[in-house]
Amino acid sequence: MIELKGLTKVYGKGSKAAMALSGLNLSIKKGEIFGVIGHSGAGKSTLIRCINLLERPTEGEVWVDGVELTSLSQGQLQEQRRKIGMIFQHFNLLSSATVYDNIAFPLRLAGTPKAQIERKVLELLALVGLEEHGRKYPAQLSGGQKQRVGVARALASDPEVLLCDEATSALDPQTTDSILRLLLDINRKFHLTIVLITHEMHVIQSICDRVAVIHGGGIVEQGEVAKVFLKPQHEVTKDFIRSENQHEGPLRAALEAVHDKYSKSVKITFLGQKTYESTLSHVVRGTGVDFAILQGTISTIKDMPYGQLLVRFEGSAQAVEATLAELAAQGLEVEVFA
Amino acid sequence: MGGLNFNEINWEEMLDAGIATLRMLAYSGIFTIILGLPLGIVLYLWGRSNHFLIRSIYSVLSFVVNILRSVPFIILMVALIPLSKSIMGTSIGVLGTIPALVIGAAPFFARLVETALREVDRGVIEAAQGMGASTSQIVWRVLLPEARPGLLAGVTITIVTLVSYTAMSGMIGGGGLGDLAIRYGYYRYEKEVMIISVALMVILVQLLQMAGDRLVQHFTRK
Repeated sequence: MIELKGLTKVYGKGSKAAMALSGLNLSIKKGEIFGVIGHSGAGKSTLIRCINLLERPTEGEVWVDGVELTSLSQGQLQEQRRKIGMIFQHFNLLSSATVYDNIAFPLRLAGTPKAQIERKVLELLALVGLEEHGRKYPAQLSGGQKQRVGVARALASDPEVLLCDEATSALDPQTTDSILRLLLDINRKFHLTIVLITHEMHVIQSICDRVAVIHGGGIVEQGEVAKVFLKPQHEVTKDFIRSENQHEGPLRAALEAVHDKYSKSVKITFLGQKTYESTLSHVVRGTGVDFAILQGTISTIKDMPYGQLLVRFEGSAQAVEATLAELAAQGLEVEVFA
Repeated sequence: MGGLNFNEINWEEMLDAGIATLRMLAYSGIFTIILGLPLGIVLYLWGRSNHFLIRSIYSVLSFVVNILRSVPFIILMVALIPLSKSIMGTSIGVLGTIPALVIGAAPFFARLVETALREVDRGVIEAAQGMGASTSQIVWRVLLPEARPGLLAGVTITIVTLVSYTAMSGMIGGGGLGDLAIRYGYYRYEKEVMIISVALMVILVQLLQMAGDRLVQHFTRK
């Protein structure tokens, strides 16, 4: 659906030149929710703005739905842009227009007949749950409501792609969740491809199918969210995940706690339904070892349950090894930590 | 210096002068907007262009606007007498002063328009671009509606400025209250006429400013 090839963006010239993207490649499939995560200054904002050419790349190709955008004339580009909706961190609504007129805006740009506009806008107001607020002005709405208007406006021209530029970064956690749920709904209902950029792992974890980690103007790691999240390879990725749910200090203390018995600390990863089964207690009852949970998370990635526990097994060497083997045999991922 | 005697004021003449001032204001105001608004939009658009050639044109245009704004109106007015003659057929009276008023006020108004447009949130413009809006759609559907309070404030300031310009035009034979004040008050020492005409202009400015503020208030959505 979206192919970015050799995307390079340099701001400024000569000695003041700053490279925001350096030969970045990315491929996004139709109908998926694709997240790009990175620290500020990593180039993620430039990246998403290159997809609809709000930012023109210095070099490289931008393919959206089979069309190479950088080669288009201004008029053709305007035509193609109607297929790409976008929502923004600061909503960017017309302050002088009502909610209704804001949502109707892209339709009026395209010269849609009035009756059709009305039907579409009312439908969208219902979709985002703002039926009561059509006559209000943006200044009369809360942040979450403004973003709902933004979403409705972006959907008005029936786009193939929705770009979300830090769409939840200005919202409180509860509102963030409600907007994310709305995005997930839309994705399922309309089979809409969604690309979002964020600096919050939580956003990726909640709704994305795949994720790319951007750093220094390039993608350092990408893949399915579960894979990247549970087995991060790159330092930057690890950093994001750590900041989400783990704290180094207490963990070290737990690992170094004095113990005289034979012991092994392992990281056990549960995925899917296994997360909620009593595999662990079942196995240790069989092998007779003791265990202490040093750290753990049980949560979901999108809708898939997962768990990751750091467990120290204590007992005879043989029993501990047997435990690890049995856990692996039960289909859990076991990684020896210390 | 005797006391003031308001009984000898020719009220009919005062009324005519008042109407002449209003006519000058109306004509010059309309033409100032017709000329200044597009000029302001062009200044805004060209000033943001990345294109070298357009930037150069902008610099030239901007320079011309600054020159017109820095020439004192009284001098501009005199300098424009030939132009007024060739456009309006006369350089005196209500009609004769209009070219000078417009050329004096339009560059000023254009700058106010440019400033008002610059106040429009860049993000909103980008959002419209992202939705496939053309430049003219952005001007008509985004910039002008979003800048409306600022533009109305600019119109108010410009018309108030025009009131003082119309008064000055009395010096070169323009009509109106300013003309009256100068002819009677300055040349013939009839202070009463001067006081009344000045008072009327003060009232006019107050009314214009109030009306302008009301409009700005009405259209402000932030």
